[in-house]
This record gives sequence, structure tokens and C-alpha cells, in this order.
Amino acid sequence: MARRTRRTPYKVFRAVALALVVVSLLAPLVWMVAASFKTNVDIYDTSKAFAFTPVLENYTKVLDQANYFQFIGNSLWVAFAATVLSLILGVPAAYSMSRFNMRKSALVVLMARVIPGVSLLVPWYYVFSNLKLVGGFSVLILSHMFVSLPLVVYIMMGFFDGLPLELEESALVDGLTHIGAFRRITLPLSAPGIATAGILSFIFSWNNFMFALVLSGADTKTLPVAIFDFVGYASIDWGGLMAASTVVTLPIMVIALFVQKYVVSGLTAGATKG
Amino acid sequence: MAVIASTPPSSTDTSAWSRWANNHRKWLFAAPAMVFVGALIIFPLAWTLYLSLTDAEGSVRAESEFIGFANYLEVLSDTDRFWPAVLRTFGFTGVALFFEVVLGMAVALLLWRPFRGEKWVRVAILMPLVATPVAVGMMWRLIFDPNIGMANQLLGWFGIGPQPWLAGQHSALPTTIFIDVWQWTPMVVLILLAGLTSLSNEPDEAARVDGANAWQRFRHITLPLLMPTVIVAILLRGIDALKTFDILYATKGRGGGSFHEVETLNVYAYGLSFDYNEYGVSSTVLIIFFLIIIGSMWALTSRRKKGAR
Repeated sequence: MARRTRRTPYKVFRAVALALVVVSLLAPLVWMVAASFKTNVDIYDTSKAFAFTPVLENYTKVLDQANYFQFIGNSLWVAFAATVLSLILGVPAAYSMSRFNMRKSALVVLMARVIPGVSLLVPWYYVFSNLKLVGGFSVLILSHMFVSLPLVVYIMMGFFDGLPLELEESALVDGLTHIGAFRRITLPLSAPGIATAGILSFIFSWNNFMFALVLSGADTKTLPVAIFDFVGYASIDWGGLMAASTVVTLPIMVIALFVQKYVVSGLTAGATKG
Repeated sequence: MAVIASTPPSSTDTSAWSRWANNHRKWLFAAPAMVFVGALIIFPLAWTLYLSLTDAEGSVRAESEFIGFANYLEVLSDTDRFWPAVLRTFGFTGVALFFEVVLGMAVALLLWRPFRGEKWVRVAILMPLVATPVAVGMMWRLIFDPNIGMANQLLGWFGIGPQPWLAGQHSALPTTIFIDVWQWTPMVVLILLAGLTSLSNEPDEAARVDGANAWQRFRHITLPLLMPTVIVAILLRGIDALKTFDILYATKGRGGGSFHEVETLNVYAYGLSFDYNEYGVSSTVLIIFFLIIIGSMWALTSRRKKGAR
């Protein structure tokens, strides 16, 4: 009851503060998208910061000349493959680790979150360049799984921890085997968890930069690496750069909008259990 | 289990393979993921450790010799690149974490109680989080451009002269910290908000009845109850902040800029490995870096256990 009668000054303060938060978070992104529709002449003319004629030339540059359709395809393929493989390996593993309380084993998988990427890249680079695999998709997908698999295990373990045992037990009584119960009862019930893990894994793989920087070749480049095509030694093609940045980041923001609930639950997974 | 044995299983379920699989499902399920991660972690770590004791450099096919701890002596006495990088890593992480936790807490408290338009604020909070860090770096690079950037234009409206931002030798690191705070404060907000939502209302109500004001209730009721979540947020963000690479590389390029203004340990190790092919020395830096991360985590979690008692 006391809560309803909150004083108006606080409400005003909160509204102003939150409006400020929203503006400072969104304005830079809007600025990036706006710049992607400006000619380089307009970008250099600060008097045209807000009043400019939108043009599509940066996007034709990015998509036509800079070969971005191929890089979009590369990014999609790598993120998709890494996510599917991580789910195949990670979901059963998380199930076992949750049901059999294998906390030490889980730690091995979660270690991957702690280790600096470079310290994995050096040995990988040694091995894979001797196997002549650097520049191919297989190694790239493998490296991205390194980001997504621990994420899947982490999120799914939390999910299975919260799933009641009774349903599985009654399935066992009905004559299903343990694996049968996992497949026909637990997995369908885990759809929201799997969606969360899959979406997060896709986003993190799509955004990953360092692994692709070292392990991808000219034909297998992913979008975050391809962005650098617009940064020259002497000068930067700002319009093209902002269009390229928008092409990378806007799809993922739109997807996140639609599956907001899953993204938030994935990002905060396990945070409140302490 | 006994229940199963007494029920007549269907014929397909009694095959030897199926029985074996069911009995060994614990490891059957867990082993593939563990072998995958284990092989790709333990082997690289062991290799890094080995390389750090050799003079490996140049081509990955070149012969290298075992040189004991010479690399460690060289790195630890390197006050030119190594120690400044250590300082920058800790400076970056410490300052970024401080602002992210303080601002994150403030925003989480503002969002705690439901209100109209809440949905829109949550959408705004999610956007920086999912944006590609390299693209975020490029975006701020334009905004902070000393000549054409919006940041200096904005300052101009308030009568403040132009700043060098990323281009300045001393302002580059703080500017990258600002970018990190912009992108990752929302993460702290989400974690703390999840923590706040899971708190019971009763202690807060009781304190309110007793006449405690908002600050007192936050300081003595909410904050202590929320502390475990705060530590989780610090831990998760801290690990990632120590390893920050994308925005530093996107804004300043190789070597953390021409004066190594933003060269943290991760950037330094990357440059040693893939710009200079000094695999032996870079492995040494990486082992030390890894120990630093483990050490900081250990320090934080042991404090967390003490706090829980």
C-alpha cells in the first residue's frame, strides 16, 4: 500500500533519469545508422549533422563491391553450425552434469569462459596451420564452439536444475528407459531452455571477432573481420564503415528485440543462485 | 530403479546396446562435451606452457630450443611494454568495473518497481549488449573523431573546447573505458535486476514501517541481501573486462595505438603472437596473464565465501 503512494518528485526524477539512460544508450546507435546513409562529404561537414539527404551509396558499396553477401553467408554459416554442434554436445552434457551433480566436471567446461582467447589461438594456430586447415570453415566453427559450448552447458545446467524430477520418474514407471525418458519427456520440456541457449550461442558466435581474425581466410572471413576492409592506413571510408557496422549489428539487434525474453534469461542465467 | 526392473520392458529396449547405454548414460552424455573442451583447453594450455619455456619464433614450423625460464626473466623485467600493459589491464578493468557496478546498481534500482513504459527501457538496455563489439568500436571511433565527431560538437554547444579522445596519448585509455562502460553496464543492470526481483519484500517493508528512509533501507537492507548477486556481476564482468580485445583493436588498431596507449595484456599477447610471431615470449605473457585472471577470481570468490558466513 505504502508503495502506491510514492511521492511525485521521485516519479519525476525517475522518469527524467530513465529517459537520460535510454537516450545515452540508443543515441550512438541511431547516430551510426544515420551516418551509414550519409555521403562522406556530409559526414565531414558537421553543419549537416542532422540535416542531410539520405543516400544508399554506402550500402551499394558494402553489398556490391565489398562482397558483403558472401561475408554475411560466412557469418550465418559459422554461427549456425557452431550453435547446432554446441547444442548437440552441450545439452546432454548439461543434463548429466545437473542430474548427477557433476560440479567438478562442469568446472572443466566452464573454464573455457575464463581462459584468454589468445592463449588458445597460439597452439591452435600451430597445429591447424601445420594441418593446412587455417582459413577453412572447419577450424573456424570449431573455435566458435569454444565460445558457445560453455554457454550452452552453463544455461542448460541451470535449466535442468530447475526441472522437476517427477515427470521423468513417472515416465520410467510407464516403461521408458532413462534415455527414452530424456528424449521424449525432458527434451520437449526443455524447449525454452534450448531456445535461450541457442539464441545466446548464435549471438555470441556472430559477434566473435578474435578467433575469426586469426583463423579465417579471405573467402571465409566473417562480418566482424570484414568491417576492417573500410579502415585504410591513411584514411577511413566513414560512410562505408558505418554501413558495414550497421549490416553486422542491426540484424542481431532486431532478432534480440523479438526474442528479448530469452536473451535476458540467458544473460542472467545462474546469476541469482549465487 | 527397482521399479523399472519389475516392469516388463518393451522388446526394443532390452537390446544389449540400449541396456549398456542406459547404465552408462552419465558419462555417455557428458563425455563428448568434456573431451571436446578438455582437448581444446588442456592441450593448448600445456602447449602454451611448453612454448613459454622455448625460444619459438618466426614460422610455426621453425625449430625451437628449450631455454628454461629465460622468457619469464625477460618478460618480468620488461618495464617498457609488459609492466605498462599490466597496469593498463588493471586500470581498465578496475575503473570500468567501478562505473559499471555503480551505474548498473543505480539503473537497476530505478527499474526495480514496475512503471509505465518499462518495456521500452528494457529494450534500450538490451541493444548495446547484443551489438557487435567491433562495430561498437567503429561507431564510437566516428563519434569521438576529433575533427568530425559528434562528441566534440556536443561539447562545443556547452562552450567546451575540442578534446582529442581516442587520438590523445592520455585520453585514449579513458575513452575506451567509457566505451566499455556504455556497452556493458546494461549487463550489470540485468544481473542486478534479476537479483532484486528475487528478493523478498518483507525486510524492506519492515524497515519502512520502522521509519527507515530510502537510503537507509538500501544501505542496510537491500544492498546486503543483494551482495551475492553483486559479486557474481563483478566476477562475470571482471573476467571479460580483463580480456577486453575487440573494442581496443577496433578503435586503436594493432599494438594498442602508435604509443601503445591502450595496450593491455591481451592486446600485447595478441601482437606478440600474430604481428611479431614471438611465440615463446607471447606464451610467457599468456601464462602470467592466465595466472592473474585465476588469482583475481580466486580472491573474489574467497571473499564471497567469507561474506556468506
